[in-house]
Amino acid sequence: MSRPKGMRLLQGNEACAWAAIDAGAEFFAGYPITPSSEVAEICAKELPVYGGVYMQMEDEIASMAAIIGASLSGKKTFTATSGPGFSLMQENLGVGIYQEVPCVIINVQRVGPSTGLATRPAQADVMQARWGTHGDHCIIALSPASVAEMYYLTVRAFNLAEKYRTPVILLSDEVIGHLRENVALPNPGTVEIINRKRPGGDPKAYLPYQAEEDGIPPMAAYGDAYIVHATSSCHDATGCSNSKPETNKQLLKRLRDKIYNYIDDIVQVEHFGPANADITLIAYGATSRVCKQAVTEAQSEGIGVNLLRLVTLWPFADAYVQQALEKAKAVIVPEMNQGQVLGEVQRLNCVNTPVYQVSRTDGELFTTEDILAQIREVAK
Amino acid sequence: MTAFKYTDYLKTEAQPYMWCPGCGDGIIVRALADALAELELPPEKVVIATGIGCWGKADDYFRTHAFHGTHGRALPYATGISVGNPDLHVIALMGDGDAVTIGGNHFIHAARRNINLTAIIANNFNYGMTGGQYSATSPLTARTATSPRGVPEPGFDVCALAQTCGANFIARTTAYHVLQIKKYIKQAIQKKGFSLVEVMSPCPTHFGRRNFPAGPLAMMKYLKEKAVSISRYEKMAAEERSEYLATGVFADNDRKDFLTVYWDLNSSQQASGGAVNNEK
Ligand SMILES: Cc1ncc(C[n+]2csc(CCOP(=O)(O)OP(=O)(O)O)c2C)c(N)n1
Repeated sequence: MSRPKGMRLLQGNEACAWAAIDAGAEFFAGYPITPSSEVAEICAKELPVYGGVYMQMEDEIASMAAIIGASLSGKKTFTATSGPGFSLMQENLGVGIYQEVPCVIINVQRVGPSTGLATRPAQADVMQARWGTHGDHCIIALSPASVAEMYYLTVRAFNLAEKYRTPVILLSDEVIGHLRENVALPNPGTVEIINRKRPGGDPKAYLPYQAEEDGIPPMAAYGDAYIVHATSSCHDATGCSNSKPETNKQLLKRLRDKIYNYIDDIVQVEHFGPANADITLIAYGATSRVCKQAVTEAQSEGIGVNLLRLVTLWPFADAYVQQALEKAKAVIVPEMNQGQVLGEVQRLNCVNTPVYQVSRTDGELFTTEDILAQIREVAK
Repeated sequence: MTAFKYTDYLKTEAQPYMWCPGCGDGIIVRALADALAELELPPEKVVIATGIGCWGKADDYFRTHAFHGTHGRALPYATGISVGNPDLHVIALMGDGDAVTIGGNHFIHAARRNINLTAIIANNFNYGMTGGQYSATSPLTARTATSPRGVPEPGFDVCALAQTCGANFIARTTAYHVLQIKKYIKQAIQKKGFSLVEVMSPCPTHFGRRNFPAGPLAMMKYLKEKAVSISRYEKMAAEERSEYLATGVFADNDRKDFLTVYWDLNSSQQASGGAVNNEK
């Protein structure tokens, strides 16, 4: 398959692979796992055509390590996986965060824990994405709800990774990964591409981890005249390990600030339905598609309901969720897990709005009826 | 006269080394710096990649590019670094635990793929950093912190393992044989594809204390006397061999490295089965 032209029936995973290529990815390292394998298969075929390299590593630990290494060599890099593979990536995800290495991890979620209901959809890695790697850290995770969004959010994931020098997770799910929809990929030249900030000036004076005013250090590549020392241990601006307690405290603060100071740039949500309604659904990914249908049907039954869709999952959309809790008389959180985003919504609920959970963990996508039933119940 | 001095590659201000008295790691650092200088490799074309352990701290002393990652993963990081920029000389420094115990899976695959990099294993037959527990190279029955009555598992022969996997260049020497270390490292760096230099290195503090009651000097003497050339080793009777350590160059091949094969297969003609190019 060459680059799809015009309106085409495309799978989410296909759109994701083409988005990565359009975003400038030149290196993919991964280990096959359903329901993400199509991303790897397309990369194997197409990356070399664009001058890039596909590597099938021995496991996901190695895959994550390899994309970090290649990113430090100056390449845009990514990997794709699902549940068990995502677990194996966690150790090196922390390395990427701590060393400030731009890279993208596609997680097409399936049912767990463990091998679980292999290849059936779930949204149960939300907290693993947030806190899976050890230590106190920040993460950016995006949640697509359509094939077109697999494309746009993959490009955005690369852009955010480059801009903020950090690994970014595309937290998709089996439904969206395998869904086929009619989409027209944009002309690659028309997509906004962000590249990492590079150093200027005297190479001898370069400190690889000296942040500029925006909190982000310019990034040289291995092989440049600017010598780069990157370590997974606590480090100061030189990049060399330094075990002073104060150094780690300051580093962690900067790593947090460089994300949380830009929350307006990073956090995206979508509102669906009337601006004011008694009931607000808060959902993301495949579930949010079903919620849209439920909102439309409930409206026709005369129930005032709308949807707040979380496009960015991490950092969490605190302000938007708080606003929803303040405006609505009740909030419903449907998700394909036992309440991972629900907990975040409850954390923000200082106004004591009743919050209801709708959960599915049987590897089946919600039906509109599942969600309508809860809406009707709450509306009573 | 070379254009470079060994000190061009070393952060002498970071010395003295953190290693214990009698440790072989400092000897290997100097040999590597000498090798880089003699090969006249610009420091900005060299990346030292390390994992975790005593030898994994060696990147702290180099003025080249460096990557220090988690325990056992030096080779997959180095793989990405090398494939990401083929102009680099990537040198992975690993202890035996790093390289063939926790990192064993990565080791066999990096060697099998023939990734263009140089692996230098400082084999001290135990986990130095964490207090001398046994690793996958500790000899059967050796005493370590976690084998007070002897290791119940046989140890790997690192060079034989690499040979089975198809590494292009494989050599073994000891920390006692200083000039040989430099010579093998130079050969390894010049070789395209996966190269391994194993340096048997004393750990007096842990392995030595438990297995060489006569002290560190006895350990050095052991390396001097028991390390014999492959040719001598091969002439020995089987039962005599177990007493000795074979050193020398075990493999010197020119199998194409991963990236060369990759681009041979994906040359513009063949990429995407030709289909994409027809449409482009
Ligand atoms: C995942 C993980 N497990 C365990 C450790 C603890 N640890 C640190 S160094 C080390 C062993 C180092 O031994 P080796 O690689 O042989 O190097 P040496 O210290 O002997 O040079 C271990 C087990 C760790 N850092 N990470």
